[in-house]
Amino acid sequence: MTAARDWRGLLFALPFLALYSLILVFPLLRGVWLSLNQVDLFGDGHFVGLGNYGRLLHDPVFGTSLVNTFEVTLMIVPPLTVIALLLALALNRAGKGAAVIRGIFFSSAVLSVTIVTLIWRFILAPDAGLLGEAWKAVGWQPLPFLSDEHLVLPALALTTIWWSVGFPMLLFLAGLQQIPEDMYEAAALDNASRWTTFWRITLPSLRRTLVLVVMLQTAAQLQLFGQSQLLTAGGPSGASRTAVLFLFEAAFGRWELGYASAAAEVLFLIILAVTITQYWATGRATGAADGR
Amino acid sequence: MASLELTGIRKSFGATPVLDNIDLTLEQREFIAFLGPSGSGKSTLLRIIAGLETANAGEVWLEGRRIDTLPPGDRGIAMVFQHYALYPHMSARENMAFGLRNARVPKDEIERRIADAASVLEITELLDRKPAEMSGGQRQRVAIGRALVKEPKLFLLDEPLSNLDAALRLRTRVELAQLKQKVDAAVIMVTHDQAEAMTLADRIIVMNDRRIQQVGPPMEIYSRPANTFVAQFVGSPAMTLLPATLIEGGEFASLKLGDGSVVQTKVPRAGLPSGELRLGVRPEAVRVASGETTAKAKVDLVERLGERTLVYAHLSDGQPVTAEDEAYSRVRIGDDVSLAIDGAAAHVFGPDGTGYHRADA
Repeated sequence: MTAARDWRGLLFALPFLALYSLILVFPLLRGVWLSLNQVDLFGDGHFVGLGNYGRLLHDPVFGTSLVNTFEVTLMIVPPLTVIALLLALALNRAGKGAAVIRGIFFSSAVLSVTIVTLIWRFILAPDAGLLGEAWKAVGWQPLPFLSDEHLVLPALALTTIWWSVGFPMLLFLAGLQQIPEDMYEAAALDNASRWTTFWRITLPSLRRTLVLVVMLQTAAQLQLFGQSQLLTAGGPSGASRTAVLFLFEAAFGRWELGYASAAAEVLFLIILAVTITQYWATGRATGAADGR
Repeated sequence: MASLELTGIRKSFGATPVLDNIDLTLEQREFIAFLGPSGSGKSTLLRIIAGLETANAGEVWLEGRRIDTLPPGDRGIAMVFQHYALYPHMSARENMAFGLRNARVPKDEIERRIADAASVLEITELLDRKPAEMSGGQRQRVAIGRALVKEPKLFLLDEPLSNLDAALRLRTRVELAQLKQKVDAAVIMVTHDQAEAMTLADRIIVMNDRRIQQVGPPMEIYSRPANTFVAQFVGSPAMTLLPATLIEGGEFASLKLGDGSVVQTKVPRAGLPSGELRLGVRPEAVRVASGETTAKAKVDLVERLGERTLVYAHLSDGQPVTAEDEAYSRVRIGDDVSLAIDGAAAHVFGPDGTGYHRADA
């Protein structure tokens, strides 16, 4: 292939590259630059080097928000994955009934976060909420889910699981439908119990989907924001302030754009590191299992 | 004692009947082929024997034990699937061990059986590979190995050669024939390829339209087809069927074809039904000839197969007929040719399609 032909090829990619640079690459680099400056809403700001990062390192509010983020992610991702898988297993069948129930379970995923938090405020409210009434019905004291600092993260996790379970369920359903039927027939002739069939046939066949779901959900939940802001505004006393809520408050509450950008870059690097670690770990596990 | 016995098997999918009152008995160590076109019910019957489908009525017995009430894994049956159905995340060795482990066969016994099967099938060096790292032929050997190690009383092979290329198919056919000598079990193979059925099976079960059409050894199926379906399905190219009327007199039937030519057969006249008959002749019984000939025909198509030439022609009344000529035939499309029909090799079919053959064939 000649050099001239190469250039003509590039021409076709140019419109996309231009758009990509404008709306993705430029803001990314601009964000990095912002994080090295002290900027507020007015004026150009001035260069402070790694000053913002140094400040973050000693900011206990940012530290707590990171810890909260990790905690809530750990509370969400494993149960969400298991529930989505169980739902997919239960609903992976033909027929109208299963289709309707699949639709119902997916329907929560199309709601906006404002609706979701509105619904869950009604459920979680201690005085008149659904859970409170249920608690009262069995004679217990209703729990203040949104105002107790030990209960607020589990409440956020519960809300998020309910909201997010539809899409991973769909991914698992798609994965299940990729498993050829004759594999299960071979297993039946091989005297495999249902349990053995699940562990030795179904689960290994879903491994790629499982990895995908865990990675997507981890990256998504590390950016949890709307539920926390709308349900509790980060309270009580910062117990539900997540990293993204922290940088939102810094940027659009206190207008410390440089400082918020630095927090965003730190979060970006953390998500990148976690995702790469997961990818690397499962790649090794997959490689070992495949005998490569 | 019979190996497998089927009595009164019926099956329908919804309102569509697929098997209608199937009775069948297999001998010990017999190799049976279910031969039939797509939709004839042959695969469904195999799956009912395996326990992957449930019959609406009827019983399945294997070596004196009723098995249609048992789950697939408890039936003493092993199956080689059409697409092999190997477990992709397990090595060949694990694929073969899986069923034995589930049946709680002792570990050293499992290893012995795998080693034996692997040496018979020449797959010892593949044992630690995954299915994705094997060729189609190798995968099939592993699939056969997975069936062998179970030491079943009955092997089921679902279209075992259909996924292999032509050369490998021939080789595997020979190997399956050799394998059959080594295993102490009956074998049922489902196929739509008559050459596979003819070369491998002790007996062929020809199936069509929900029913068994004929049961018999390959040569009997070929030389004494029970009806027009079997006559046309077995043999390639298909047998020519020509409408004909019976001429009075004689010990054997003489038939007059639509174009007026007469064929003297060796089929006993006694027992032939009245009504419209059809004369059945295989291509090798119809020669392009000069001298004493039976009928005149116009050539539609010539196929040169190397060792012989097939001539597709039509008689003067428009009836298509397939004839054979020597390898270096000079016949061309559009030629008028004379055909010599060998009446001694001809069959007669009644109005209901039933076949009548010469007494000694």
